[in-house]
Amino acid sequence: MADFTMPSLGADMDEGTLQEWLVKPGDAVHRGDIVAVVDTAKANIEVESFVEGVVQQLLVEPGTTVPVGQVLAVLGNGVSAAPSGEEPVAPSPEVEAPPVAPTHAPKRAPKKAPKKGAEEAAADVPVAAEVAAEVTAERPGSVRVTPLARRLAAELGVDLRTVTTTDDAPIRAKDVRAAAASPAPVAAAPPEPVPEETHPAHQPPKADAMRTVIANLMSRSKREVPHYYLSTTVDLGHAMAWLHERNRALDVSHRLVPAALMLKATALAAQATPALNGFWVDGGFTPGGAVHLGIAISLRGGGLVAPALHDAADLSVEELMAGMRDLVTRARAGHLRGSELSDSTITVTNLGEQGVEAVHGVIYPPQVALVGFGRVVERPWAVDGLIGVRPVTTLTLAGDHRATDGFTGARFLTDIEQRLQHPEDL
Amino acid sequence: MTRDATTMSPAAARAAIAAAITRIVPDADFDALPDDAQLRAELELDSLDFLSFVELLSGSTGIRIDESDYPDLATMGRAIAFLTARATDGGGRGGK
Repeated sequence: MADFTMPSLGADMDEGTLQEWLVKPGDAVHRGDIVAVVDTAKANIEVESFVEGVVQQLLVEPGTTVPVGQVLAVLGNGVSAAPSGEEPVAPSPEVEAPPVAPTHAPKRAPKKAPKKGAEEAAADVPVAAEVAAEVTAERPGSVRVTPLARRLAAELGVDLRTVTTTDDAPIRAKDVRAAAASPAPVAAAPPEPVPEETHPAHQPPKADAMRTVIANLMSRSKREVPHYYLSTTVDLGHAMAWLHERNRALDVSHRLVPAALMLKATALAAQATPALNGFWVDGGFTPGGAVHLGIAISLRGGGLVAPALHDAADLSVEELMAGMRDLVTRARAGHLRGSELSDSTITVTNLGEQGVEAVHGVIYPPQVALVGFGRVVERPWAVDGLIGVRPVTTLTLAGDHRATDGFTGARFLTDIEQRLQHPEDL
Repeated sequence: MTRDATTMSPAAARAAIAAAITRIVPDADFDALPDDAQLRAELELDSLDFLSFVELLSGSTGIRIDESDYPDLATMGRAIAFLTARATDGGGRGGK
């Protein structure tokens, strides 16, 4: 018997709202299976189970906000515990593709509901079924829904299954508004002005909530973590030339962006300097083991998440590039996994081409280092006694002085710089 | 590369560009976007978004887009000119 609890998805999370169950009583759950979608102040997260067993009871209904640590579901450890076993614990390869079978309409209560009364358990079941049906309607493969549209639908009380779109486009906010406006009388149809499209009235609460959690965590970081800051300018002449040469021959889908090289160089350097790759907990440093590179991703409409690219040092540059694209896509679509938000060992923030020349970041506790890359700019640069124009970037480190000194940090930055001089070896 | 592009009207080019961008920025508002506005800055496209945009656009029009062509996609106006010109070249290697 094991409890599935509301996980802590990072130091900035105190509570979460259960949005969807992706399992129902009787389902077998394996370690790593995605069992629920949880909404935190920052993002929708797909939460994996860290325990194994058969779902006996779902204790929390979708829409409920509960603190970290509260039990959400009870898992038993065998077929016998399964309710009426309509499909006895097959190995569940289909868990990635959300479980569905919308046809089943479980009306039976679990026969052996531990602790709770049967009627209460029974009440949970239809909810799960309903959610499963909703999941089918909203998941890729059938219909895609933008995050904004999903929020709007919830607020306007629009059933997404009834929303139609032209061709195979995802359901967008305007489709939801149209659906809300046309059939049924809807309280206060949204006003027309187009600029509202991107900053509709309903968005501030979510954006405010995200600002609040970011502010709280960063305040704590600034209060508790004695930061030191280092900065160096890196010549990217070789790296950019190598990248363009490589990309010239390739189809778009295989091209790399400069950030892929920067992240790989950082991951390798972090692996070589374990003192910067880990966590400060209970007054001491715990090395992170592998390098799970947190990548700061800005979300459209404001806010920031920094999911982990697991084992980044062991990925080829191509794999890293693919992983980065995947993370960004899922971060913006609200499909990040719990483990990606909770186990970064060091974070990189890359303000990219539209940004500024340098970023002096704030460490994301309990991590002990944050690496920043500024925009790549062309600057006069001396090479072998001659001045030339070279692409350069400003590389920075915010380090936790409790864990390391500037000496270690400097060696680390130099290591990244050196690796970027040999892009072909990354 | 889904089809041969022999000619492309400016309207078709605009539609293709808008469709590709919409996949990346679902709520992009083209009415509020002048043809000379910098797409990347206005729509907050980072390098990965831009790559996806190029990929989608290349896929839907069948026109090869190299890295050296990226500046030609800076604004809606330039991108339309680029696509229509490249399409009449036969979709292959244009100048450069």
